[in-house]
Amino acid sequence: MRSPNRPQISSCPQGWPALRVPCRRKTAKGWRRCGLYTPFRFKSPVPRELAGARFRTIQGLPQANRVRRRSNPMDRIAISFNSLAISSPENLVYGISPHPLSCGLGLTIGAGKVFPEVNFTLPPMNMTPETWPQVVAHYEEMGAQIVRRALSLHVPGLVLEFELLPPMTDCPEWGAELTAILKRHLVEAHQKHGLASALRVTPTDIRDQQKPPLMRTGDPWKRLERSFNLCADAGADILSIESIGGKEVHDQALMYGDFPGIVFALGVLAPRDMSWLWGQIGSICAAHPGVVSGGDSACGFANTAMQLAHQKMLPEVLAAVVRAMSSVRSLAAFEQGAVGPSKDCAYEGPVIKAITGRPISMEGKSAACAHFSPLGNIAAAMCDLWSNESVQNVRLLSGNAPEAFTELLAYDCRLMNSAAERGGALQLRDWMTASDEWLSPQAAVLSPQATLRIASAIVAADTPYHRVLAAGRAAVDLLNEGAAAGKLTLSRKEQQWLSRIDEALDSLPADEAALLAELEPQYGALYDKPSYGL
Amino acid sequence: MAQVKELYDAILNGNAKQAHVSTVAALAGGADPMELISGSMVPAMDEVGKLYEAEEYFVPELLLAGRAMKSAMELLKPLLVASGQRMATRVVIGTVKGDLHDIGKNIVASMLEGSGFEVIDLGTDVSPEKFVSAVVEREPQFVCMSALLTVTMPAMKTTIDALANAGVRARVKVLVGGAPVTSQYAQEIGADGYSENASGAVSMVKNLIAA
Repeated sequence: MRSPNRPQISSCPQGWPALRVPCRRKTAKGWRRCGLYTPFRFKSPVPRELAGARFRTIQGLPQANRVRRRSNPMDRIAISFNSLAISSPENLVYGISPHPLSCGLGLTIGAGKVFPEVNFTLPPMNMTPETWPQVVAHYEEMGAQIVRRALSLHVPGLVLEFELLPPMTDCPEWGAELTAILKRHLVEAHQKHGLASALRVTPTDIRDQQKPPLMRTGDPWKRLERSFNLCADAGADILSIESIGGKEVHDQALMYGDFPGIVFALGVLAPRDMSWLWGQIGSICAAHPGVVSGGDSACGFANTAMQLAHQKMLPEVLAAVVRAMSSVRSLAAFEQGAVGPSKDCAYEGPVIKAITGRPISMEGKSAACAHFSPLGNIAAAMCDLWSNESVQNVRLLSGNAPEAFTELLAYDCRLMNSAAERGGALQLRDWMTASDEWLSPQAAVLSPQATLRIASAIVAADTPYHRVLAAGRAAVDLLNEGAAAGKLTLSRKEQQWLSRIDEALDSLPADEAALLAELEPQYGALYDKPSYGL
Repeated sequence: MAQVKELYDAILNGNAKQAHVSTVAALAGGADPMELISGSMVPAMDEVGKLYEAEEYFVPELLLAGRAMKSAMELLKPLLVASGQRMATRVVIGTVKGDLHDIGKNIVASMLEGSGFEVIDLGTDVSPEKFVSAVVEREPQFVCMSALLTVTMPAMKTTIDALANAGVRARVKVLVGGAPVTSQYAQEIGADGYSENASGAVSMVKNLIAA
């Protein structure tokens, strides 16, 4: 089913999605421009020894990042990020990314303005075929009211994020129906008022319905895949997911403070699943012209740690180090061709932006409707979209909560954009950073300087496992230096834990196979090895 | 007895291997299993609970202590069964139908075990029917339910209704918890208690036992 409201974008004859870069295809007369665009640029002539394969360069990336690609356009490109797209703190600021993204209905993200990304959900209610009309009514209401508020506040652009609840992913047709409803509201606003917008659709990762989870096979994956396809058909502009590969090990390791287990989950399992999953999502996007693979989030890993730290269940230093290390698995989406914006709850987004140059969505104080965090202001410092994470459709004094939070986000964005127009973006970024940076270890690893340090450590390492170790080491060193300089105040317990993490990092084996063997007795029963290609 | 003190320290420090060794030594020295539990293990976990409440311990220390206690209990349970004794309080716990979140539920389960209760963990996505079966077959005194999504919260009421329809509601105290759950909601659906955190859940169980 194709939504009649979806913008008609021509496909390259070879089936690649039409984006920014001129496309060339091989004809009888040699390489010729076909007049359309792809995200990639051919390099020709093809070396003889690689006949049948094609080299691609990704616009803006150094030649060193060139990788081989098979001739099937539906095959996904694996991109290796070996250097930073943003290497200077002056260039790491909200609203601007080296590779802006044009998507949806006339929206360009990362080209100078920050836009609100409004995220909304149902109030407490049963979701059954009998209550489905009420569910639909909620989404009609939320779509209409959010757009109404956005228009009245003259937002220059808007992203709606539709996070599917598990039943909507389990029944993909439900998710598609709601996608079409929300897209209709955006199309009408675009046609009547010229509102630039995009719809991000985020199915639930339901692959953990079985224990241990089967990540690449089974009915949950089939339903999830179908959910992506149907939502893309129904009008999604950006596909995302908060994937959970490796979480089955990470949860237990986190609860027991088992640092080797955490590294195993983040450095061995999660990147493998991310690479596979985002290859699949990329293929789905390639089959739906105009739909982009946005990005993922380490929500199930680093945000879980953040929330447990907020409840004093875990040390904050552990949550901070997990945040840094989880950037590696989130990066894997972009290695498989994701173009951003990464998910709002990916607080590791600045690291992704520094490495890939792609736009990111962030949330902070604006997400207080969903959860608390120590990152209220600093999270906005480098964002390209500013989100509220999720708000239920409940009545407040002013109006319904999604509409109220649209206003909140709109004003935040207006302030950031106004400052940028007057040459004050860096100043505002620094104020946002300074307000939080040294009040929490988790904020300390999110400043622009810390971001670049962690990002540099990541790209300097080779494998995901080594990159996780490098990110962890960078985060630990940052925290130790901050504490030693008297900037970061750590309690005795937090300092003990930081020392414990420091020692654990040093004692981890250099070879991931050794870690895998070492942890097999403890965690082997929790995950399905074929699901990770092991 | 030195081994009793060693067992206490092993649990307090989350050392499962030492707890096992000390339990073996204590039993070899003629210690009574129930006295080991009440005189050494439960007091150790009580102290762990206090340290957690005082924010001296985080959840990892608490769970490691629980794991140490469990390793000792694995040696004592067969002896208790053989002598016809059982843990005084049995708790069935699970995350409700449609919900896969389990971290909070696992923490509560571990803390309950550490407090000397027998815990039957049904896992996640537990149907009302499965809760009912567990109550009928295992005869717990408590049923604890967790939900982390607003759309799965209603399954708590469905489960309570199922317990009533099966004629077993009066046999158990039902406690509910989870991020979107509130005290008011717990009252509305007929639960006996609500806690906004894991340690509160354990305290509530203890208070209801004492009442």
